[in-house]
Amino acid sequence: MTILIFTLILFLGAYAAGFLGSLTGLGGGFVIIPLLTILLHVDIHYAVGASLVSAIATSSGSAAAYVKEGITNMRLGIFLEIATTIGAFIGALVAVYISAHYIALLFGFILIASSIISLRKKENHINTKKSYLADKLKLDGEYPDGDTHIPYKIANVGGGFFLMMLAGMVSGIIGIGSGALKVVVMDGLMRIPFKVSTTTSNFMIGVTAAASAVIYLQRGYIDPGVCMPVVIGVVLGAITGSKILVKTQSSNLLKWLFAGIIFLLAVQMIYRGLSGQI
Amino acid sequence: MDRLQVIIGNLLRIGVYASISIAALGGIIFLLHHGNQQAAYTAFKGIPDYAQPAHVFGNILHLKGGAIIQAGIMLLIATPVFRLIFSAVGFVIEKDHLYTFITLLVLGIITFSMLSGYAG
Repeated sequence: MTILIFTLILFLGAYAAGFLGSLTGLGGGFVIIPLLTILLHVDIHYAVGASLVSAIATSSGSAAAYVKEGITNMRLGIFLEIATTIGAFIGALVAVYISAHYIALLFGFILIASSIISLRKKENHINTKKSYLADKLKLDGEYPDGDTHIPYKIANVGGGFFLMMLAGMVSGIIGIGSGALKVVVMDGLMRIPFKVSTTTSNFMIGVTAAASAVIYLQRGYIDPGVCMPVVIGVVLGAITGSKILVKTQSSNLLKWLFAGIIFLLAVQMIYRGLSGQI
Repeated sequence: MDRLQVIIGNLLRIGVYASISIAALGGIIFLLHHGNQQAAYTAFKGIPDYAQPAHVFGNILHLKGGAIIQAGIMLLIATPVFRLIFSAVGFVIEKDHLYTFITLLVLGIITFSMLSGYAG
């Protein structure tokens, strides 16, 4: 296959991934690694590098809007970034010593877990119970809802911090934003309202990914020929997706469809990992 | 914090658009020179010498497509780091010492990660 054809296929695939990812809120990175490794037979290290770079692009792009609207809890995000960057650093170091088929296996399992997490019913619960650490660290906040601001308190800061370190590690090993994992920690354990947890998780992805990307860059995982079509495609796809999202409010069918695709890709990755084809 | 939020939002957006524009420009040059060659990414062998972070800027001057792409990608990776620097300044202005420290700590972890990568 010539580089031109390779670039075109990758660009179209990444565009579709970015489009579906932003339309469904599942992120585009999930499709990039299987697309590269299964379809285009690219080595998984290059795939992980390209996927991580695309996660920085999509998360920074969409975080920009949420930060301006004041939904993102920036203090909470920056505080938890201590945990995710330490995790991402460890993950990127460890990734070097993990053989490719274990990375494929881990990717497959995280993929399944994330698609299940994203399909859950979202209930926007507001926690009003004060906790010592959240108060000391000034983490509690409020978010705009129509004309009013809804205040909320944050629970289990210590436990949340620890689990964020694990989410950062996963991100550093398999090169995804691991947004779904971050949301489940903030939502389930720290009892943060859904609107805030999704946008704050998105806000954190860029910094988390940067901590492992600086290592990937030096280890040669980030190849310009692979990353260029992926990053451009994912960003353009995400822009198209967000324009359509404004027009069609509900996209439940699409979400299930995309989760189904992700599930099939995950099974493929696990199979290839087990049979030693990756 | 309101003004800071707007600044940070704009910074993130400009960072992403600037870096993918640079990558697209480099991509066109890269494809003009290498488009007809065979894609060889099946086995991992690191990246070409011109795309190594230390050599990127020298090779941009030679209009090497791959190096220009890599510069765009390095700008993209730096975008969230710029965001941290801006928030640190914001916290200093607000006299929020705790969060100035926390933000600098995160910046320190990323710097440490970068330096340890060179050592590895």
